[in-house]
Amino acid sequence: MSSASVGRGAEPATFVPQPDGGYSRPVLVEGHHRIKDITTLVAGVIEKPTPRWWLPALSVSAFVMSILVTMIVYLISTGVGVWGVNQPVSWGFAIVNFVFWIGIGHAGTLISAILFIFRQKWRTSINRAAEAMTLFAVICAGIFPGVHVGRFWAVWFMAPLPNANAIWPNFRSALLWDVFAVSTYFTVSVIFWYVGLIPDLATMRDRSTGWARKLYGFFALGWRGSGKLWKNYEAAYVLLACLSTPLVLSVHTVVSFDFATSVIPGWHTTIFPPYFVAGAIFGGFAMVCTLLVPTRSLFPELKDLITVNHLENMAKIMLATGMMVGYAYAMEAFIAWYGANSYERYTFYNRSFGPYWWAYWIMWACNVISPQFFWFKRFRRNPWFIWWITIFINIGMWFERFVIVLTLHRDFLPSSWGEYWPTWVDGLSLFGSFGLFFFLYLLFIKYVPVIAIAEVKSIMPEADPHHHGHGHGHGYESHADPGHDSSEPRREGHA
Amino acid sequence: MSAQQLKTTFGAIARFETTAELISAVEKVRAAGYTRYDAYTPFPIHGLDHAKGDKRSILPGFVLVGGMTGTATAVLLCGLTSAVDYPIIVAGKPYFSIEAFVPIMFELTILFAAFTALFGMLILNRLPQFYHPVFNNPTFHTRAADDGYFLVVEASDPLFDPTATLDFLAELGGRDLDLVEE
Repeated sequence: MSSASVGRGAEPATFVPQPDGGYSRPVLVEGHHRIKDITTLVAGVIEKPTPRWWLPALSVSAFVMSILVTMIVYLISTGVGVWGVNQPVSWGFAIVNFVFWIGIGHAGTLISAILFIFRQKWRTSINRAAEAMTLFAVICAGIFPGVHVGRFWAVWFMAPLPNANAIWPNFRSALLWDVFAVSTYFTVSVIFWYVGLIPDLATMRDRSTGWARKLYGFFALGWRGSGKLWKNYEAAYVLLACLSTPLVLSVHTVVSFDFATSVIPGWHTTIFPPYFVAGAIFGGFAMVCTLLVPTRSLFPELKDLITVNHLENMAKIMLATGMMVGYAYAMEAFIAWYGANSYERYTFYNRSFGPYWWAYWIMWACNVISPQFFWFKRFRRNPWFIWWITIFINIGMWFERFVIVLTLHRDFLPSSWGEYWPTWVDGLSLFGSFGLFFFLYLLFIKYVPVIAIAEVKSIMPEADPHHHGHGHGHGYESHADPGHDSSEPRREGHA
Repeated sequence: MSAQQLKTTFGAIARFETTAELISAVEKVRAAGYTRYDAYTPFPIHGLDHAKGDKRSILPGFVLVGGMTGTATAVLLCGLTSAVDYPIIVAGKPYFSIEAFVPIMFELTILFAAFTALFGMLILNRLPQFYHPVFNNPTFHTRAADDGYFLVVEASDPLFDPTATLDFLAELGGRDLDLVEE
């Protein structure tokens, strides 16, 4: 057995050479774990005494969240004048924050749905937490357009409901498409997450007592893991993955339509949908790492499941999507010049050297320059280095949306030019939304299995009925030390 | 366990150590002519449906219909509100401008299909079902959602005989043999 395949922090050994000259499958779970250990490890996060940092952390995020609530109450009771928005920049922080948060959600769905369809088995250790992050990010996102309507009590006008004026929403408007896209995205993400949770809730039900048992049992719906149940369950799961895949790509596409279907220079471009989707995945993976690096440090027992290999994979995705985003920035600027439209040209000149030049260059530095470190394996495999880079990416992606929205400040007529500066209410609302996000995430890691237990078990070598294979002709496998079976790499079939 | 017949027996249960043993046991139980049995596993096991001779799930058909219902709903929703109930010209486009309705059609297709996948799965699986006899078995209760691979041959099977079936399961390598009370 190759010692390089086990042990955390060891040299990666993504593919382990075998005596017969072939290569094993990548090691997905490190350490000498058996199936039972996975249950104990993941359920242990919930069952062990609450760590000392948890309640203080929850209190701080609850306090920050209460700032958001206060700002919303102040906004609704006073009016949108408390924000910095005015003509010509009628879209301010609210839209910036909305696009920022909704984009973050995309990584969760990419991990849970797209990587599932592509049989990327490493996703199983991180998909639960990433999907939870999606839900919380979409909740944060949904708040901003909700309160940004001004007359909050008329927010139901966005829904196609009969009303006293006998009029209907304008289904030709990108803003209404967005209402449908985001609400569908949230609903389907909840369904997908919940379906994935059912077997794990059954595991928690069988391990807990008292009211916890009743609660987990209620949501586990009496799951008993029979073959008949798994058959329909797996069909439902793969169908939801196939439905979520185009959905996640569509959400940020529709968000980009909010901008691209207008005639504003700098917005009216066809590159927006793919550029937004790439940026969303980029920013989302950054936030996944921002959450998972501390999570696995605070629960060190999870390090065998959320391995450095996972972080490295995510760093590679960030590098790739960061370059796509960089390409989009460059192509936007090139087309502005090559298209020879003076308004478009001026927009890009103004972005680079106008009053908000610093935002544009922060965007470039954080989103395009900072991920370049991930070309080097040393950086890709250093969790806290990745974490710091993801902080820069989070900042950069927020500034990307700031740059896009602030395009409004100088359009066609110089007489209607103006500037936008956020007020303290804008700033505290953004700050407060992070409180909400972390509050929900902290509750999640305390009460919900943070790793998809059943899914991780299913990718372990022990789960494979052919693992103890009889007569498969792999001497390596049949002569292995039985005590170390579970850590053995899966073999690449070459028969 | 003495194989005395309990008042109402749901079936005979056996636990297997590995997934390979379970699959092989399922194949042999099937070969022996049993028809009413099921395997219970903490995670889906590749090849189990094949060993049981199960057909594919019919859920995809439901989801297709659900998705198409969503598309139709969107066409009707957008068309009836924009072209019939309150026709109004927006941006010089026709009342029934289907291109502009495509995003709504797409979203409602996905939304309806996802709900169909969830509720279709629950209905086909008869969930929620909070009581099931297998939970009466103490080993099942502690290990079924952890690391136990169980096989239950139900008493309603014509070939079922409390003693013979348990002996057969023991022969196949089953452990923690027991009869499950209703």
